[in-house]
Amino acid sequence: MIAINYARYDVIKTFRNRRFFIFAVGIPLILYVIFAGANRNVKIDGIPFPVYYLAGMASFGTMNASTSGGAVISLERAVGWTRQLRITPLPVWAYMASKVIRGYVMSGITIVVLYAAAVLSFNVHFTAGGWLLMTGLILVGLLPFMALGILLGHLVTPDTMGPALGGLTALFAIFGGAFGPLATTGWFHDFAQVLPSYWLVQAGRAGLTHVSWPAEGWEVLAVWTLALGRLAMISYRRDTGKA
Amino acid sequence: MLCHVASLAVMAAAAQGSSNATRVVTPGDAGGVVISGLRKSFGEVKAVQGVDISIAPSSTVALLGPNGAGKTTTIDMLLGLQSPDAGRISVFGRTPTDAVKAGLVGGMLQVGSLVKDLTIRELVKLVAGIYPKPLGVDEALQIAGIADIAERRTNKLSGGQAQRVRFAIALVADPELLVLDEPTAALDVEGRRDFWASMRAVAARGKTVLFATHYLEEADAYADRVVLMARGKVVADGTPAEIKARVGSRTITATLPGADLAALGALPGVSAAEARGDDVILRCTSSDSALRALLAGFAGAFNIEVRGGSLEEAFIELTGAEELAEAK
Repeated sequence: MIAINYARYDVIKTFRNRRFFIFAVGIPLILYVIFAGANRNVKIDGIPFPVYYLAGMASFGTMNASTSGGAVISLERAVGWTRQLRITPLPVWAYMASKVIRGYVMSGITIVVLYAAAVLSFNVHFTAGGWLLMTGLILVGLLPFMALGILLGHLVTPDTMGPALGGLTALFAIFGGAFGPLATTGWFHDFAQVLPSYWLVQAGRAGLTHVSWPAEGWEVLAVWTLALGRLAMISYRRDTGKA
Repeated sequence: MLCHVASLAVMAAAAQGSSNATRVVTPGDAGGVVISGLRKSFGEVKAVQGVDISIAPSSTVALLGPNGAGKTTTIDMLLGLQSPDAGRISVFGRTPTDAVKAGLVGGMLQVGSLVKDLTIRELVKLVAGIYPKPLGVDEALQIAGIADIAERRTNKLSGGQAQRVRFAIALVADPELLVLDEPTAALDVEGRRDFWASMRAVAARGKTVLFATHYLEEADAYADRVVLMARGKVVADGTPAEIKARVGSRTITATLPGADLAALGALPGVSAAEARGDDVILRCTSSDSALRALLAGFAGAFNIEVRGGSLEEAFIELTGAEELAEAK
């Protein structure tokens, strides 16, 4: 409850920061419209490009939205707000949960905007079950990126947060295949399959019935979430000097 | 003189507040704040070197000292932001961290700005939502004197306004212990006066207040008790009057051209005499005897003034003595 109360203001704050909002939601949308528009008749693996690319941009956009919580944490640490909160009864978990809720709200908006563009501009259709499955899996697939944001928020100062976040999410997105498949066989493909971003992109394609979601997907996401979450906790403790 | 009246008013208000306190005081709450044997070093720098302070519930205590005296480090430990190397702190019978978790403590830190893109009201509401029994948001805004600008965004405030918002944030917790680290640092003269008027309202609610300052007048006027710190230690602890009395002296100044300083210095009740131009300054152990003797023996003396020792003199003498002892 306390986390939701706090998250309300985290979300209001984000909406008020128009420039951030426009870039966060606008860039995946623009990329989607441009590339899906230019390749609307192309097929990859038998899938129409606008459908294929929707998964990529949905994962790229939501990945950015999720990790951006790190920028908020970093900034709030830098201006001393975090210290102020530490002399209130707000539990640490509630503060972090608030950033996660904020990340999900932003991701939700990104997804809805992209879906709308796909349906309205490119006539993309899935079954209702397909949309739900895809959305649900994306939301689960974002967990490691929420943890990554919290980790970076405690490691990186605001002046280096831009390149750190932008660079990392770009790498994750590219290697995960958000912008297109890098390899379908060989060691590179094997490498991609242990990345959370690969499974996030797969989640985005789960709306198509012939894309499978194996146990391996759950495993990779769980390991990354736990590992990054643990690191985030360590970095938080190191940052505040609390045992 | 005005200062003493003001501090009496605060004390009276605080006393009244405590007798009217509505909150149930459990045995664990008794004892207010007790700091004992507190030490903290940062590498080679010994910031706090064995500090003992106890603060009775419902009193207002000033932590006075020059920069680098260890005030902020002491406050950080009291708030649980840093852990001491040695010593212990009890806040209403709890550890600092537990007291903070229980919502008993509100603090205004020396550094720190506000989160952007929220209105003042939203920000105070956000903080109120964290506490178990907060004060009404409007009431906190009112006391802090920012009710009229409550809808303004936090990124469009002057330094003084931001300071009041931070005060409102500390207030809205409705804490039993309010800790303020140099609360008037960003305020102009008028802002300072308004701020202390607000503080009196808080003290009148029976709250325990600890504030750090390097403004002597503030400590003198608004605290029931002054703890003077220098170089990580407490060098004096008492009411403003007691501290001034420790330096002892009142002084008599008079215009007396060509005065015989040796004769003046030998007058009963005078400990030292010095000349400043045509003026003489007599430091007194007893200003009454000294004044009688001066009037009897030096008919030419005019413009006579008797002053009590200022807290500033006490400050310089006590912190200076410490410095001297350190050098030996």
